[in-house]
Amino acid sequence: MMKRAVLGTILLVAALLLCSAAVVSAEKIKDLNATKHAEDRLLIGTTTSLDATGALDILAEKFAQENNVKVEWVAVGTGQALGYGQNGDVDVVMVHDRAAENKFLDSGYGLDRRVFGSNYFLIAGPESDPAKIAGKSATEAFKAIADAAKTDSKVVFVSRGDGSGTHAREKLLWKGAGLDYAEVNKSSWYIDAAAGMGQTLNMANEKDAYVLSDSATWNTMAGNLTLKPEITDGSDLLNVYAVMRINPEKFPDVGINVEAGKKWENFLISDATQKWFADFGTEKYGKPLFVPAKGDAAALNVTEAEISSPVA
Amino acid sequence: MEDILSAINTAITLILTWNPDVIEISARTIEITFTSVLISTIIALPLGTLINFSSFKGKKTLISLIQTLYSLPTVIVGLVCYMFLSRTGPLGFLGFLFTPNGMIFGQTILVIPIMTGMTIAALQGINPIISDTIRSLGANRLQFLTSHIREARFAIMAAVVIGFSRAISEVGAAIMIGGNIKGHTRVLTTAISLQTSMGNFTLSLALGIILLGIALIINLMMGYLQQR
Repeated sequence: MMKRAVLGTILLVAALLLCSAAVVSAEKIKDLNATKHAEDRLLIGTTTSLDATGALDILAEKFAQENNVKVEWVAVGTGQALGYGQNGDVDVVMVHDRAAENKFLDSGYGLDRRVFGSNYFLIAGPESDPAKIAGKSATEAFKAIADAAKTDSKVVFVSRGDGSGTHAREKLLWKGAGLDYAEVNKSSWYIDAAAGMGQTLNMANEKDAYVLSDSATWNTMAGNLTLKPEITDGSDLLNVYAVMRINPEKFPDVGINVEAGKKWENFLISDATQKWFADFGTEKYGKPLFVPAKGDAAALNVTEAEISSPVA
Repeated sequence: MEDILSAINTAITLILTWNPDVIEISARTIEITFTSVLISTIIALPLGTLINFSSFKGKKTLISLIQTLYSLPTVIVGLVCYMFLSRTGPLGFLGFLFTPNGMIFGQTILVIPIMTGMTIAALQGINPIISDTIRSLGANRLQFLTSHIREARFAIMAAVVIGFSRAISEVGAAIMIGGNIKGHTRVLTTAISLQTSMGNFTLSLALGIILLGIALIINLMMGYLQQR
């Protein structure tokens, strides 16, 4: 019995040793260096639309060339991106949910919020528009959808339902329409997709339903959809994209890349990048996907400093 | 149906034109899966053997527990690993979060229970008459072990194959721990998940077909090894 226990222990230790040896060899020193939150790597937690449009690919490459810093990003919903920020897992977050951003700044996790661009959310729906929302403001449209859905089974709404920035805006709009979101969420005409924008749009398309979408993703997918954009602007649909760096004092031991984070913020609000935003997407979609923030402070309801003051 | 045909078409085109993105993602998939299966094998086979040939109180409970872990949802593994590997988590110092190493870590945890459990089952499946014969022929402890493993080799090989299948097809852990970073931690399953969320169903399906193709080739190779 004793012998067996000894044999077992030896086997286990050998297995563990072999295992750690394999891990080290798999690591391939190069990778190890590249991933130790080193100063030559900037990690961003970003909302999906900036990734899905291909904007980040181009910006990251430019930035890498100018600064010799590798840029990598994890594309998730705004909620999850801020969650990564709160754990110190990313150096910078790029998001679009003002209320959540304010909370993030107030709690001391985020620093130096800068606004670099905007566009509009849009409400899309079936061509027949059974809730007659065309021409209304977004808030009125949400009220009309909720009202029409009570009597007309053709009126359906598909929600992201994933805690993303788009989902946050949707909740704001229901509230603005004087409705209790908890009630809306329980309604039979309300479908909680719990999915990314593309998947949600596809589901809405299948169900001939109304849906709130960010315009960047909409433009990249519109060709495959039979839904029509019903409402495409108005102050209640304004979608403002902001960048914040993570407060290194909250995470003294993990090596937040402060320098690169500051540079990235300044890069986004720089004249060159702002000019680039004014044009990005025109070639492929016939119109730009984002409006540069520069000179637009009043319309975006942000301070001039948040748009043009470089991070020191 | 049309979608499926065009997906097959896309898959073939992607491979024939040697699409650099697809090749890179596929290569990374194979590398990560192989490494995690290798580590899992090195841990799970001795562990399963040890458990099978030891007698101790609670052995049955332990085996039931291991078998329960077969059902471990990959997202939960991903989430728990994320919490541990987060920069502020207990294993944050490893710097594994959002890296291929982290994905290997997660897949290894995912695969070990199933490989251990199936190793135990493989050894249990040996006819007791064979065991008695080996013992009566005067085999020492090591000979006893090796002859049992040889006797159960096909079933043990099956354990490795199943471990491989679980690792290559899982997406929950890969996306939570790896973050699906382009050019760094994007593998076939996370790319499929991304393309699906972007509504590119045909491309998703094509990538799925490529994944199955890789699995087929590897299974054929395993089958060839078994025959020898």
